[in-house]
Amino acid sequence: MKLPALNNKSERPAELNRREFFKSGAAVASVTLAPGVTLMAFGGEASANADPGKRWGMLIDVNKCSTDCNACVTACSEENGWKLDGNPETDPQWIRKIDLKHKETGREASLPMMCQHCEEPPCVDVCPTGASFKRVDGIVLVDKHICIGCRYCMMACPFKARSFVHEAVEDQKSNAPRGKGTVESCTLCVHRVDKGGTPACVESCSATGNGAMMFGDLNDPNSEIAQALKNYPSMGLRDDLRVNPGIRYTNL
Amino acid sequence: MDRTVYREVKPTPAIWLMAVIAAAFVGAAGLAVLYIEHHGHIVTGMNNQIVWGLPHVFAIFLIVAASGALNVASIASVFGKIENKPMARYSGLLSIALLAGGLAVLVLDLGRPDRLIVAMTTYNFTSIFAWNVILYNGFFAVVGAYLFVQMARNISPKVVRSVGTAAFVWRLALTTGTGSIFGWLVARPGYDAAIMAPLFIIMSFSFGLAFFILVLGTTFPMTGRYIGPNLVKRLGRLLGVFAVAVLYFTAIRHLTNLYAAEHADFEYFILFSGSIYTKLFWIGQVLIGGVIPAAMLLRHAENTTKGQVILASVLIIIGGFAHLYGIIIGGQAFPLEIFPMYEVTSTFADGQINGYTPTIYEWALGMGGVALAVMIAGMGVVALRILPMNLSDRNIDPTEPDF
Ligand code: SF4
Ligand code: SF4
Repeated sequence: MKLPALNNKSERPAELNRREFFKSGAAVASVTLAPGVTLMAFGGEASANADPGKRWGMLIDVNKCSTDCNACVTACSEENGWKLDGNPETDPQWIRKIDLKHKETGREASLPMMCQHCEEPPCVDVCPTGASFKRVDGIVLVDKHICIGCRYCMMACPFKARSFVHEAVEDQKSNAPRGKGTVESCTLCVHRVDKGGTPACVESCSATGNGAMMFGDLNDPNSEIAQALKNYPSMGLRDDLRVNPGIRYTNL
Repeated sequence: MDRTVYREVKPTPAIWLMAVIAAAFVGAAGLAVLYIEHHGHIVTGMNNQIVWGLPHVFAIFLIVAASGALNVASIASVFGKIENKPMARYSGLLSIALLAGGLAVLVLDLGRPDRLIVAMTTYNFTSIFAWNVILYNGFFAVVGAYLFVQMARNISPKVVRSVGTAAFVWRLALTTGTGSIFGWLVARPGYDAAIMAPLFIIMSFSFGLAFFILVLGTTFPMTGRYIGPNLVKRLGRLLGVFAVAVLYFTAIRHLTNLYAAEHADFEYFILFSGSIYTKLFWIGQVLIGGVIPAAMLLRHAENTTKGQVILASVLIIIGGFAHLYGIIIGGQAFPLEIFPMYEVTSTFADGQINGYTPTIYEWALGMGGVALAVMIAGMGVVALRILPMNLSDRNIDPTEPDF
């Protein structure tokens, strides 16, 4: 039996590569599905592309987010091939809009909610097989080939960021393989990020002119996002849990 | 005192009938699993809010009861109570059977049960689930060995005792592990509590013994064997104490939660809101599963009849289901608090109390697990020398008057 994966951050990619190496069967299956681009299904290749010096994150300006705008949700759904199909209880939702009303002051706000790409992700801690994992650059993914569909990660996530695939999926996108009986969530558009791009939601948010979402490397002190975080107050959701989300909110 | 004689049970028509019924349930569960596998979990009542449903209630009940069913044997071997010794084999067999039934339900409800081998070979050691896989497998091995040393000839009592102690320690670890599945879910107000582990241990004592008494009380007459009223009375008294202990731990759990302002809303939801969970709590768990059986077993302990003890066991089992349903489903029904000071709405049920209605497939799967446990226990007593011929009080303890 192979030695178990330690959840040690620095060992993780090597471990995945080794696992990947032995799983040629799975590799073949995925290559036929979409040559060269199926990253998240594995974790292996997706991890290999990660840069340990970076920590990808987002800053969401709640003041700029408008209640009736749903552009980020639509963009994600198109980019990653999931859709709301009239069964709100079981349909997947990688990203959703939440409308808020303060109980005391009555102040209203609206914001997008997705996987927060926690630095200490509870979903990764509880996953029995290691299918739920964090790349060295902070992106949290599910390796669809070793997820057994136990849903413990969904129990553990403080943000209800994950969905279980309740029925067979059609029209999959090659960049986001999905599978009945496994769990999925926002990938921070890892396929775009690894090519130097920006997540689809952020792009669409800028396109509407609202510009409520900013994406970048939290570790690079000169990045726009790091500067904004340095100069203005911001918060992570449920900061009391100390999971240190990579998605930050301001003006909430 | 006669030496205790163990014999295989001869399959009578009544036993055959039970076997057929159990097999039918197991078969129905198999069909349900195939159906769920084919269509996906969309055909169940579980969804993205209630991710663990009725199968998990059944599975965790059986797993918790499994370690509790071992009590009788532990009391005999570890704590040297000879009057329990003749029942020790049966207690070991029953605990293996219950665990197998529970695990079968758990595993067959996975989104990808076909990947079981992955769960068995790829471990993430920060996951309590992964630890549980090891604890469950180990339990089979340790209790199996325990049964073997009890049944083999010429094994010294010392060896039996040390293997029995190992089994006892293992079962404590196992229930701690099962409780920790919930205790470590920090984000959910219904779970995040260290008391979950000891609560589960005491629940296992109670549910496991109730199950043991129920099967003992039914299989003995069915196989034409005799069981003494004092023995049943003694087991009943112990069960009464366990039932009170469960009530006590439950009270502590809810009182500490009420004390913490952040959990007060959740407590209100469970204890007072009038939802199904409130009813399950007060009527199912506290009244039917706690106060009534405890009173039946302890008030006039000297005069309790076999029938009353068996009835109390049934009540405790019903209450136990209500208890676990409240913990597992109730804990998920209450919305996550991501924005404590805000009212929230979304397309993903944020801020809403989540509904759950299990479908026939979930019932079939859960009942199948119980039936599987019964079948394994039944096959065990037919094939092996597990059940003593006679459990009359005098046979067990010569100072007792014979009836
Ligand atoms: S938000 Fe949830 S799914 Fe995303 S990393 Fe954190 S715990 Fe995991
Ligand atoms: S559902 Fe999949 S990713 Fe989530 S904890 Fe289970 S095995 Fe891990």
